[in-house]
Amino acid sequence: MGANGAGKSTLVKILSGSISADAGTILLNGQSVSFASPGEAQAAGVATVHQATDQAGAAGLTVAENLTLNELCGTGSFFVSPRSTRKRAAEIAALIDLDLPLDRDFIDLRPAERQLIAIARAVAAKASVLILDEPTSSLSSTEAERLFSVLRRLKASGIAILYISHRTGDLAAIADRAVVLRGGKAVASFAKPIDFSAAVAAMIGRTLDAALHDGTVSSAPILASVKRARLIPGATPFDLDLRSGEVVAITGTLGSGKSRLLRALFGLETLAEGEFTLDGKPWLSNGPARSIENGVFMVAEDRWASSLLPPEIPGASIAGTIALPHLPRWFPLGLLRETRERLVASDAIHRLGIKARGPDDTLDQLSGGNQQKVVLARWQAAPCRLLLLDEPFQGVDVGARADLIAAIRNSQSGSATLIATSDTEEALEVADRILVMRDHSLYEADGSHESLAAVIGSVESIETRADGTGQTP
Amino acid sequence: MTDQATASSKPASTFAETARKYALFVLLAVMLVGFWSAQPAFINSANLFSILQAVSVVAILGVGVSITMSAGGFDLSVGSVAASSVMAASYAMVVLQMNAFETLGLVLLMGAFIGLVNGLLIVRVGVPDLLATLSTMFLLAGLQLIPTGGRSITAGMMLPNGTTAAGAYDPAFLILGRGRLFDTVPYPVVVMAVVAILAWFLMERTRWGRVFYAIGGNETAAHLAGAPTKAYRLWAYVLSGTLASLGGLIVASRVGRGDVSAGNSLLLDAVAASLIGFAVLDKRRPHVLGTVLGAIFVGVLLNGLTMLNAPYYTQDFVKGVVLVGALALTFGLGKKKR
Repeated sequence: MGANGAGKSTLVKILSGSISADAGTILLNGQSVSFASPGEAQAAGVATVHQATDQAGAAGLTVAENLTLNELCGTGSFFVSPRSTRKRAAEIAALIDLDLPLDRDFIDLRPAERQLIAIARAVAAKASVLILDEPTSSLSSTEAERLFSVLRRLKASGIAILYISHRTGDLAAIADRAVVLRGGKAVASFAKPIDFSAAVAAMIGRTLDAALHDGTVSSAPILASVKRARLIPGATPFDLDLRSGEVVAITGTLGSGKSRLLRALFGLETLAEGEFTLDGKPWLSNGPARSIENGVFMVAEDRWASSLLPPEIPGASIAGTIALPHLPRWFPLGLLRETRERLVASDAIHRLGIKARGPDDTLDQLSGGNQQKVVLARWQAAPCRLLLLDEPFQGVDVGARADLIAAIRNSQSGSATLIATSDTEEALEVADRILVMRDHSLYEADGSHESLAAVIGSVESIETRADGTGQTP
Repeated sequence: MTDQATASSKPASTFAETARKYALFVLLAVMLVGFWSAQPAFINSANLFSILQAVSVVAILGVGVSITMSAGGFDLSVGSVAASSVMAASYAMVVLQMNAFETLGLVLLMGAFIGLVNGLLIVRVGVPDLLATLSTMFLLAGLQLIPTGGRSITAGMMLPNGTTAAGAYDPAFLILGRGRLFDTVPYPVVVMAVVAILAWFLMERTRWGRVFYAIGGNETAAHLAGAPTKAYRLWAYVLSGTLASLGGLIVASRVGRGDVSAGNSLLLDAVAASLIGFAVLDKRRPHVLGTVLGAIFVGVLLNGLTMLNAPYYTQDFVKGVVLVGALALTFGLGKKKR
């Protein structure tokens, strides 16, 4: 484990042969080895499943072809028949009990399924060491559970697994031993049973107070509300009131409709039925421009895809990133004044504790948590009515998450915040009130783990059933 | 995202970085000095202005290309727009007997209209940028031949319907291509400078330029930040089309007739100028200053080599070498720094 910037990924890259170590040796089965390329590491039995699952296989090829990809590319016979490919693929899939339809295209698979393919390939290549880099960062809890059961089987079969994560829940589920990295050094090591509060403290270099907020119901005026809404035709309609100063979290599995609700409020999608009100007036946005003008801001999930700019273009600095949506209001005449942008950015850097050299740093120089702080700062740079955050803690370490939560909670006067997250722990930490989304409808839950688990649990049984029927050929 | 380690330990700009940043300036200076010592006539002001005059059209078209590139597009039709503008200007004056100002207005409007068509094909119909502008390129290359039956336009020419064209080039129009400001600076150079300064200001100093680049960098992010991305992309093509027709007007006023083969190499030269510009100041993106400098760079090199009696057929080869070198400088050598 380790916070962002601790050196976890660097370690993975060294072990998998992408970069070479500055000093020190790698011992494999007692022998010193050095890998000049990822291929050599793989040949030696060190397999790596990277965080970006779209690289786990080749789009356009079927599941069967992807499972046998190593053989297709390397040592297999010159001629391949679809029949032999399928037969071999079925054998490989059986190694980890993978029950995917073999003729499905890789591009149609969900991240969890892609990951399992990568693992199956690693096992088929007779790997003795399996490295997983943040494997659960884009999985729902059902999918994570399935991954864990696969990993337990592999463990039982004698494969050593290096599991990189900053989710304590994952480690509690599968780890025998935990090593904490900070600043490129191994600072602590824990044997089972792992003392997670000590581990987290070692990870961020300080202790965290559990930020569970009391469940007192706010009596502030209602700021925004959703009435008799159906997100998709046929879903159960629901109501939602957001009060001034309130932070409300919506949790639930992937695909349950959390993002869709946020996108509908922001004007990117339309409701099948129902209506929104904002400050007592009907609210219907036709797109981001109108929403932003009216103080409805959204931070979409996956910050590199939805918010950030590549480093070589102007405006990719911290200052420019924060200013982007506010340009028309800050500079009505069109002429940029960079001092104004820098001032806002410097303020944000101090206020949110962003680790950067200054407002002119580009975002690729920052760690994930600091990138997310910049994205949050963007939307705190203007008066806000309703702030919509979709998975705001994705790829953010525990320390930065605490800073983000403090920043979200401290700027609450007069606006409401709606957060979508599939992680119940995050929801409990940040929100005044938690709702569960299930099959595109909202359900109440009181603020305890048990209650949430019960409400989400019923979701998962439905999901598993749906998956089961969907996958029988 | 995983660890992007060493966020705060980037060293101050090294010698290599500085060298890469100013490489093209240094090379330009070296070239000037080299050609001067080999051929003293090279450095006199008449020759230098003739170089600038020769590159002005390419630079103006290149500015249009780099604006569309910065917005994530690519305008392949600039060469054809310029060539059609030559024909349209000639046709307007020689056949329709318009005066210089009517011709200027008509041709610029035509360029803007073609840009609008490009833009609508791309943002409304959804045709990919390269394909849309490739098809308008072909369309215009053919269309410009139709009114005159494939012949060049000169005063007193025979029209397809058997009559003789009554008009002629307006002498006022020819000033644009042949006149000089204060008897020294050719007007095409003045136009290039004005276009370059205005476009530079737009792209680097206003919020509109910022949004153009944001759209090119990440269109989703720009859209979610409230930018009307489709309108911006449309405008990029309108600007590019207008600039291309301006370039065509300069060509027409220099040659003084509607030559069907005018503008043959303009597209590739303009694109090359934009791409060479990526290396200027190590920006790794299209930008106006770089484009103009890229055009001048190629112009100086070709002029110098011609003075040293290099055969004309080596010109494309030389351009290719410069382009390959500049792109390698931009993308290859600098990659490790990020």
